[in-house]
Amino acid sequence: MEDKKLLLDIQDLSIHYVVESGTVHAVEHLNLSLAPGENLGFVGETGAGKTTTALGIMGLVPNPPGKVVNGKILFEGEDLLKKTEEQMRSIRGGKIAMIFQDPMTSLNPVITVDKQIAEMVLLHNNVTEQQALERAEEMLELVGIKRERARDFPHQFSGGMKQRVVIAIALACNPTLLIADEPTTALDVTIQAQVLELMHELRRKINTSLIMITHDLGIVAEMCDKVAIMYAGKVVEYAPTEALFNHPGHPYTEGLFNSIPDLDSDEEELKVIQGLMPDPTNLPSGCTFHPRCPYAVEACSKDVPPMVEIEPGHFVACPVRGKPYLHLGK
Amino acid sequence: MEQTHPMVEVTNLKKYFKTKRGMLHAVDDVSFTIRKGETLGLVGESGCGKSTLGRVMIRLLEATGGEAKFWGEDILRYSAGKMKDMRRKVQIVFQDPYSSLNPRLSVSELIAEPLLVNRVYSSAAERNRKIAELMDTVGLARRLMNAYPHELDGGRRQRIGIARSLALSPEFIVLDEPVSALDVCIQAQILNLLNSLQKQFGYTYVFISHNLSVVKHVSDRIAVMYLGKIVELSDYKSLFVEPLHPYTQALLSAIPLPKFGKKRDRIILEGDVPSPIEPPEGCRFQGRCPYRQDVCKEKTPELRELEPGRFVACHFARTLVPASGK
Repeated sequence: MEDKKLLLDIQDLSIHYVVESGTVHAVEHLNLSLAPGENLGFVGETGAGKTTTALGIMGLVPNPPGKVVNGKILFEGEDLLKKTEEQMRSIRGGKIAMIFQDPMTSLNPVITVDKQIAEMVLLHNNVTEQQALERAEEMLELVGIKRERARDFPHQFSGGMKQRVVIAIALACNPTLLIADEPTTALDVTIQAQVLELMHELRRKINTSLIMITHDLGIVAEMCDKVAIMYAGKVVEYAPTEALFNHPGHPYTEGLFNSIPDLDSDEEELKVIQGLMPDPTNLPSGCTFHPRCPYAVEACSKDVPPMVEIEPGHFVACPVRGKPYLHLGK
Repeated sequence: MEQTHPMVEVTNLKKYFKTKRGMLHAVDDVSFTIRKGETLGLVGESGCGKSTLGRVMIRLLEATGGEAKFWGEDILRYSAGKMKDMRRKVQIVFQDPYSSLNPRLSVSELIAEPLLVNRVYSSAAERNRKIAELMDTVGLARRLMNAYPHELDGGRRQRIGIARSLALSPEFIVLDEPVSALDVCIQAQILNLLNSLQKQFGYTYVFISHNLSVVKHVSDRIAVMYLGKIVELSDYKSLFVEPLHPYTQALLSAIPLPKFGKKRDRIILEGDVPSPIEPPEGCRFQGRCPYRQDVCKEKTPELRELEPGRFVACHFARTLVPASGK
């Protein structure tokens, strides 16, 4: 992980929220890295800490109650956590852009869409308003919206079109890193297909790195080169997409796959993960997954499992199931 | 009650809503039947009318026209008194377990509500026994009896919603997106619960969802809706193996598969779903259909039985040719 060429290198990041009932360990000792042009899928259930990690990168963790208590976020070699608010403001939306889940609420309803895109361009570039508006129209065309609609208001667009506008805003300043937080969750499947197709195409045109936060393993299979699976604030498995889908190592990952009804075969009953996500203010000792894990042994409740590389690039935080592959040759 | 009759027979059911810009055709001339003990899946994208259909058929909304026969009797023409008795047999589980439960009632009070409203038990002891039994049935620990909804996670809340719907021993349950607000692991737990309840008590379900893999998992037959109409109705296997309607084909191809390297040929539809207000004559899907012909604009395709048990509303099903000039 010493590679100088990494675009993003998160080291030992911990983010806590202090609330009345205790301290929420939203993100715990997280390590992640991303090379230029790479696509990372970030998967986990509600409350796993995916969005908090993204907000951490953007320097947007609400403080109070949130606080980054430990770690480094190296972006192009520089620690984002050491930047001043002013420096962060120019990075945000410039080099790092974010797409939020709900396109209905992330646009300003009383400003026309071209002005909303131009606003971003004006903030980060030394251009005139006229040039910014020109750039806005180009961006709209890039995401498949006709120039004639530039002076329409958000409510005149459908959900899928609004998400296209949001994508246009995010890409307006040619970011090197794009964080998409559940970009298609609020959309219908056929519209989701359109948006995913668009993001594919755009990635071919602009060489942006992408962190795709999602709970949908189908989207990961389609969009991402690498995947990080998060559970209760920790990354429990980190692997190239192919390795993760073909031989998942962590029992939680396995449980996630089993919970999705398979379209190609019939199963009477789904193999579910027993129990519920742990209370984030009172996490279990040792491996946080052990109370729900079918493979748990006594040691799991005592020792925090380290990430072990079971094959090149495939890390698993489970000493029971995540044994290095010795039989991969077959 | 004869076995020869399907349990539910919906014929030419319509529900229009008056809006400022004209009549909104939410459900437009829909017909289908449901056999006892089966699950009919109802899929479609937002605004296609699937939830409205679920509500109109059990008379939570009054229909604009058509019939909904249960055991041979049209409940849409029932008097208020008769309908009240009927409601015990026909129940619904709502999508959002966060907003469908009264936050001021405890778990036991929530489950007691239907029993109290219908005066099922005269003694509190009997009622409490039933509540405890229902909690066991849906897998809620009895210690949660006095908990309030805000203390529970989405999965447990949805279990309360299910317990409420089971309280009066119904025979027919409309499940309106019962797992959409839940995480995949919890979703799987609830799907298993619904499945085992059906096996145990022989319930008949209508399962409404936009999630095709979930619908496929639970349904015996599936109806696909588009803009207020059923465009295809078929057993779940044929529908997934060989969809006949162009919309079903596009819908199925749009699902991202959670498998590596297994990308299907995706049919990307142009544009968006048109407005359901005063829809023009002709096929509702023709504006986005890659196979449209002139006749599609003029004539509304009927839902016809192409093969035994396989219904499709497309003039050119099985003989689709890509539209010329495209």
